[in-house]
Amino acid sequence: MIKVQNLAKAFGTKRAVDGVSFSVERGEVLGFLGPNGAGKSTTMRMITGFLPPTAGTVTVGGFDIVQHAIQAKRLIGYLPENAPAYTDMTVFGFLNFAAEIRGLRGDARKQAVARVVEMCFLGTVLHQSVETLSKGYRHRTCFAQSIIHDPDVLVLDEPTDGLDPNQKHEVRQLIRRMGEKKAIIFSTHILEEVDAACTRAIIIDRGKIVANGTPQELRQKSEEAGAVMLRVKGVPSSAVTAKLSQVPLVKRVIILDDKNGHVTVRAFPKSGTNGALAQAIGEAAHEWQIEQLRSEEGRLDDVFRSITMPDTAKEVAQ
Amino acid sequence: MNAWRNVWTITKRELGAYFTSPIAYVFIVIFLLLCGLFTFFVARFLEAGEASLVRAFFDWHPWFYMFLVPAVGMRLWAEERRVGTIELLLTMPITVWQAIVGKFLASWLFLGLALVLTFPMVITVNYLGHPDNGVILTAYIGSWLMAGAYLAISCITSALTRSQVVSFIISVVVCLVLILAGYPPIINFVEEFFSARLADFVTAFSVMTHFEGFQKGVLDSRDILFFLSVIGFSLFTTSVILRTHRAG
Repeated sequence: MIKVQNLAKAFGTKRAVDGVSFSVERGEVLGFLGPNGAGKSTTMRMITGFLPPTAGTVTVGGFDIVQHAIQAKRLIGYLPENAPAYTDMTVFGFLNFAAEIRGLRGDARKQAVARVVEMCFLGTVLHQSVETLSKGYRHRTCFAQSIIHDPDVLVLDEPTDGLDPNQKHEVRQLIRRMGEKKAIIFSTHILEEVDAACTRAIIIDRGKIVANGTPQELRQKSEEAGAVMLRVKGVPSSAVTAKLSQVPLVKRVIILDDKNGHVTVRAFPKSGTNGALAQAIGEAAHEWQIEQLRSEEGRLDDVFRSITMPDTAKEVAQ
Repeated sequence: MNAWRNVWTITKRELGAYFTSPIAYVFIVIFLLLCGLFTFFVARFLEAGEASLVRAFFDWHPWFYMFLVPAVGMRLWAEERRVGTIELLLTMPITVWQAIVGKFLASWLFLGLALVLTFPMVITVNYLGHPDNGVILTAYIGSWLMAGAYLAISCITSALTRSQVVSFIISVVVCLVLILAGYPPIINFVEEFFSARLADFVTAFSVMTHFEGFQKGVLDSRDILFFLSVIGFSLFTTSVILRTHRAG
């Protein structure tokens, strides 16, 4: 549905987006990750036709966003960053306007408005002015606007920003449900959202794509992926590290915690261990009182940090 | 067909925005007060003993509009940019032109409404004497066209900035220049120190000169064309500004 090829955008001499290519099919929810200022919003603004690209192309449902702007824009629902809405209108007036400009008239318009009001829980504020709404409600009003014409493609720029935990959960559920029938791109810097809603994620940094895969694949890029965590009781930490270091599959062992006789260590595997490490560690530790033994799946925020942190910052952190 | 539906949707929204905020009411009240005040107390309409609105009433319009029209037009694009709704508007399946025309039309209709609300003047003058109502009608048409020209200029300045104040000040200055280009003292000055041909050239750009014909009851196609081309040119410039602004 969405095809982005070598997309670039320059503001003056600064290249905000620099040669980004990817595609999103129907039934996919693509998470767009990256630090602030990485080019997420700029990319989304080009996909939705707000900013013309400096180079590269975007096609939505086969229509080029520059050449056939109107046809392409019809297919898209867009929630811009900070969820802008006309402050001088009521929620009802605003949604009716959005429906009308999307070409919905008469009964179709009434039904569409009623549907999104129900989906986004806007019933209680329907006749309130947008200006007086709390941030969460304003956000949902703008979100409602983006799905009012039941679009095939949804582009959501930080859809959960400013919502409370319950609302965040609702929105993620909604995205996930809608993602079964639509092509969705949403940006976030909350990594747990990737697990909660995405089928695939892209990490973008300084205008370039630095990682692209399912959340599972991305997690495996983590240093911790495949490591084994062990907690034992009543053994000195030096004895634990000494013994585990002799296990052939282990590359190195670090102590995570050593308190009141409970020792927690993490063992990193040599390459090509293929998950046999937990078994080996378990055997090595069979004389001790094991409280916990776990294979680590890897954590997204570690991957995110190691990929997107500038090299100097990485050295400082180490 | 579809294009005009989109334009009308935008126009309806903008008109609604005027009337849900105090702008509309403040504007109409002040406009009507100024009209009454200047006609009766400054121009001494009643003492003049002339059954005509031309001098006493319409002569002030270029000056009122200089302040009032930029106040109506300043929010058109500046507000969209400040709040960020421009991103919503321009990602809807409409063209930039439809948005520009829709917004312009809403403000122009609103100014037309304010003008229509001066109808008690027409009733008064008809009650007191026997004016030439044809002249009054053409003067109204001219006044509305002039308001449109000012408004289109305000559209440009509004698209240039996200600050309504900046937009207001710049368009007041531009409107002032358009008035002064036909103001007799200025014209005399140009004629005296430069040449009569330059004076003619400058006058051709003035709203005063072109409004005068309407005040005399003449619908000159050149005058109509002048105002329409100022509107057309300004709206075109607005579209260029909106495009370059996004091109980064």
